[in-house]
Amino acid sequence: MIALDDTKLARVIGDFPILARPTSRGKRLVYLDSAATSQKPNAVIETLDTYYREYNANIHRGVYEIAARATDEFEGARAKVARFINAAPQEVIWTRNATEAINLVAYSWASNALHPGDVILTTELEHHSNLVPWQLVAQRTGATLRFIPVDARGELVLDDLDALLEGVKLLAITHVSNTLGTITPLERIIPRARAAGATILVDGAQGIPHLAVDVRALDADFYVFSGHKMLGPTGIGVLYGKRALLEAMPPFLAGGDMIRNVEYGRASFNDLPWKFEAGTSNIADAIALGTAVEYLQTLGMDWVRAHERDLLAYTLERLAPFESRGLAIYGPKDPSISSGVVSFNFADIHAHDLASILDTEGICIRAGHHCTMPLMDKMGWSATARASFYVYNTTADVDALVDGLEKAARVFKL
Amino acid sequence: MDDFYRDFILDHYRNPRNCGHLDAPSASAEDVNPLCGDRIRMELDVRDGLIADVRFSGQGCAISQASASMLTESIKGMRLEDAAKLSKDVVLENVGIGISPTRMKCAMLGLRVLKSAAIGEIAGWPDEE
Repeated sequence: MIALDDTKLARVIGDFPILARPTSRGKRLVYLDSAATSQKPNAVIETLDTYYREYNANIHRGVYEIAARATDEFEGARAKVARFINAAPQEVIWTRNATEAINLVAYSWASNALHPGDVILTTELEHHSNLVPWQLVAQRTGATLRFIPVDARGELVLDDLDALLEGVKLLAITHVSNTLGTITPLERIIPRARAAGATILVDGAQGIPHLAVDVRALDADFYVFSGHKMLGPTGIGVLYGKRALLEAMPPFLAGGDMIRNVEYGRASFNDLPWKFEAGTSNIADAIALGTAVEYLQTLGMDWVRAHERDLLAYTLERLAPFESRGLAIYGPKDPSISSGVVSFNFADIHAHDLASILDTEGICIRAGHHCTMPLMDKMGWSATARASFYVYNTTADVDALVDGLEKAARVFKL
Repeated sequence: MDDFYRDFILDHYRNPRNCGHLDAPSASAEDVNPLCGDRIRMELDVRDGLIADVRFSGQGCAISQASASMLTESIKGMRLEDAAKLSKDVVLENVGIGISPTRMKCAMLGLRVLKSAAIGEIAGWPDEE
């Protein structure tokens, strides 16, 4: 058995006020949907509150005290995020989320860099947000899409990788599958893509909340993520890009803050990172994302990973007896190559019905296609139930899930 | 919500009535609930303005499939123009118990597809009318 219920975990749980709030049915909230969005610790909530109560002001141009403080905190948060991923602050562009960061690269870089006959290589695991932008790029530029296949366990098949990489100008690949939890072997794929001359974008939306990320060691050209899945607020995300690439790219959105000098007929553009940050930024949420990153650093990403790996192992152990009763678990059943996600179906209970029944017990899971419709079609699943874990989850949450499955079996008279 | 899944609902889910396809439907429609991917197709055999026969097919949760199954029983022999005017009440009466707002679209998908088939264009969501 795993000793998850240590004092550190108890302290972590105490940092998340929502977990102390019972549901309308008086149940303990069992939050197993962190792959959709994470809960927020007090420190993040207080950072938002403090900004609006004490120093709400626009950044960069104000000469007065609270504007200077807002600017310092905003740029300080950028520096925190940069240190967290081992980048330079100039390489950290604030966006709304990972999706917007991918679209920024799609419009500013790919639409100019790709030409008819060029190949965009992606994988069959991708979230719609790392697929549909490239479909549109392909339509605009005449480039074609190619896919690294996925096997029945939800792992990438790399046998023909060198052939797949032929003619590839862009590799767009997820770090962790949001549907199955698969951690993609980037350390094996990226060097070969680099050797083939590809530019590399990693969708880190499900990666960086759970794994230590060093963008230089990874050698990604672009790494994108969303704040709200890593204990931060919604509405703030990050595009990391290698400086030389970002310097060469034209602006994406135009307006205030992204300019150096403007005449009626022309404009020149600001330095990195502000060249890509037109208009007033999401100041409060960027500052609070800095707090979220500090919180994760205090926990230690090694602890985060170990905690989720133990929890996943415990979950697989508890769910195993249900397999003879019609429970199908999808994705790699190996916590060493899987992040904290379990996707499953239970006998003939549709995932939505299962989610509704679990909801009556205060258990939050997701049901559906998880924004990966092509993957679902390929695997032959119309929908799956998905439980996903984060720093505040415990074996008691897994036990509640198991009890919930027993209740669903009773309701459906299995 | 768990008291929704009574025996007759589970029976319609596991043994759907009028499930399959017609050889030569005179009207048909198909739609998905984009929120969850549930899919339903309705095929009608209309004679002299009456729904002489109906088949539905699709995949989805117990709420969507049982609601569609019960709906096919409700509309057999109904005038097509009356079917086109059906409100959400026909579904709510069939299931006989409150449906939570998060699952209302599941229950209404079959009716929406039926009304689409009846009027020959995509109908609105019955619960929003």
